[in-house]
Amino acid sequence: MKLTKIFKSAAIGLTASMLAVSAQAADVIKIGAVAPKTGALGGGAVVTQWPNVELWSKQVNAAGGLSVGGKKMMVEIIEYDDKTNPAEHIKAAQRLAEVDKVDFIVAPYGTGFNLAAAPIYAKYNYPHIAVSAISDKMPELTARYSNLFFTLGNTTSFSESVVDILKDMRAAGTIGNRVAMVNVADAFGIELAEAARPRLKEAGFDIVYDKSYPLGTPDLSPIIKGAKESNPDAFVAWSYPPDTFALTEQAIIQNLDVKMYYTAVATCFPAFVGKFGSKINGVFGAGGVNQDSPDIQAYFKAHKDITGKDADGWASANTYVSLQILGQAIEGAGTLDRQAVIDYIKANSFDTIMGPISFEDQISNRFWTVGQWQDGKFRGVKSSQMDGAAPVIAKDGWN
Amino acid sequence: MDILITGLLLGGTYALIAFGLNLQYGVARIMNLANGEMIVLGALAAFWIFIADAISPILTMLIVAPLSFFGNWLIYRFLLRPLVRRAKNQGQLEVDSILATFGMAFALVGVMVSIHGEYFTYSYLAEPFEILGETFALNRIVAFCFAVLIGAALWLWLYFTRAGMAVRAVSVSTEASGLVGINVPQLSAIAFALGGAVTTMGGTLISTFITLDASVGVVFTMKALIIIIMGGVGDIRGAIVAALILGLVETAVARLIDPGLTLAAAYAIFVLILLFRPQGLFGRKPS
Repeated sequence: MKLTKIFKSAAIGLTASMLAVSAQAADVIKIGAVAPKTGALGGGAVVTQWPNVELWSKQVNAAGGLSVGGKKMMVEIIEYDDKTNPAEHIKAAQRLAEVDKVDFIVAPYGTGFNLAAAPIYAKYNYPHIAVSAISDKMPELTARYSNLFFTLGNTTSFSESVVDILKDMRAAGTIGNRVAMVNVADAFGIELAEAARPRLKEAGFDIVYDKSYPLGTPDLSPIIKGAKESNPDAFVAWSYPPDTFALTEQAIIQNLDVKMYYTAVATCFPAFVGKFGSKINGVFGAGGVNQDSPDIQAYFKAHKDITGKDADGWASANTYVSLQILGQAIEGAGTLDRQAVIDYIKANSFDTIMGPISFEDQISNRFWTVGQWQDGKFRGVKSSQMDGAAPVIAKDGWN
Repeated sequence: MDILITGLLLGGTYALIAFGLNLQYGVARIMNLANGEMIVLGALAAFWIFIADAISPILTMLIVAPLSFFGNWLIYRFLLRPLVRRAKNQGQLEVDSILATFGMAFALVGVMVSIHGEYFTYSYLAEPFEILGETFALNRIVAFCFAVLIGAALWLWLYFTRAGMAVRAVSVSTEASGLVGINVPQLSAIAFALGGAVTTMGGTLISTFITLDASVGVVFTMKALIIIIMGGVGDIRGAIVAALILGLVETAVARLIDPGLTLAAAYAIFVLILLFRPQGLFGRKPS
């Protein structure tokens, strides 16, 4: 008897809360976010992706929500961990659309995941504003999926910018022709190394050391020793987070004395300067940000205040920008209708912390490609159409 | 010479990864798939305490070792003992313990992500150290010295003490050692707990030179498995020799042939040893 009573009251309570939810639902915009919290990309996503989802949604709600057709609507984020597993991602995306019935989605984290999940987000016609996805296949993909947008640039521009910096430094007499290049044996590293190789040769550089290493190699000192023996003027590594840290630690220990030192992903992370301090002054890395822009400075401060973490010097800002674009497009279209929002994104320019962003064939051509640590700040030095590039400095030892 | 020393240093790292699992699998008969997570837990402790208070990971290691011993003892006592009891044979225990520890690995990853989801990276003794004119990383040398100490202590304990002899007896046959009056359940619990403690200590040392994150444990579990299978399950000497071989081969291949082939070389050695000595280098033939 007692038990039935409990069940009854529980059932009543449940119905009541469900009613409350559905009453609320009308004033809430549900936004689904699937990205890794665990697995190989988890360590990167918790720096670059997740804090920005938190920051943006809190800021929007603190301001009273988004105004949609004259009505203020709060945003509610529904999060799933894809465990850095594409199959998990697809399952979670399906769940967002079918069970949670979210109105919009945050794009996945990682190139592979954005490409793998593009068909499913296209099926439900969610505006898919990809950030952490760098590929030369972008025009083909946007032609196939009319809901897909790219914002972070392509492989060609990333490798070209590195070659441009080498050319500039050679012209200035800082370095000679000898370049040591290594890459992680993974889609990202292989694609960038293959894009860079012919460009370096064309520009008249000697690639004196050219090796790849498997992801998760526990000791990279043989790589740095090999590179050092080849007596290079410049060292370029198309690397992933754990090896970006490990290569740099070995470069410091072995005193790899080059005037130009570049590691790719995660060079811009706060943990990088946290680990190495002033020793990495002059190190180049993928990405960049205009540290002098008041908008960016305000964003960095809000990021720290609200999420308790420092933003990175690259895709953190782009991720936030993608959410700003989504929010402005929902407000601009004045409806939660996804096709209307997609059309609005295609037709308009958006006022973001990185300046005005608009899309040409669903691709934004304003992004940073190379940044450099200069006196404790990761500054953008090469970009596609961005303002505020800092002048390049030569690496002067590891002190 | 450079290859030899770099290889030995890497081998020492591998030995640190494999010592603990060797005890857990060889003696307590628990195929602990959460071995890698124990390493990461040790690394997380070292990172966390270093960032907060700049306390040396070596000191952290001495603090976490007894904690980990106790924690692993509890895990064995309450999570794994029931499996040991109900298992009718070795095969069933292996299947059950693999499933249980697999689940435990997920739980541990979840806990660690909630503590610190980012990379555990800090600088400790990342300084050059010269041996015979070649430069090596001081933190790797320190870790190697501790690997030697831990390995030697384990070896002395296993081969020159009464308790150690009992442990070796259990690793040969649980039934027979029970018959001669060895308290098998208690000894298994101690072996499991000791294995866990050694693994965590390895984790704190490794974190000084490898950047880890909460979910990287499985990589270490795989390496540990390869090493103890190569060396012979339950034999500490085998684990040491196998770890050193692996370290030397990977370094030699990276320096002399191509860094891209290190993984392939490691697996080639693994396959060769299993082809010619299926029981592992120091393993006994099944009777």
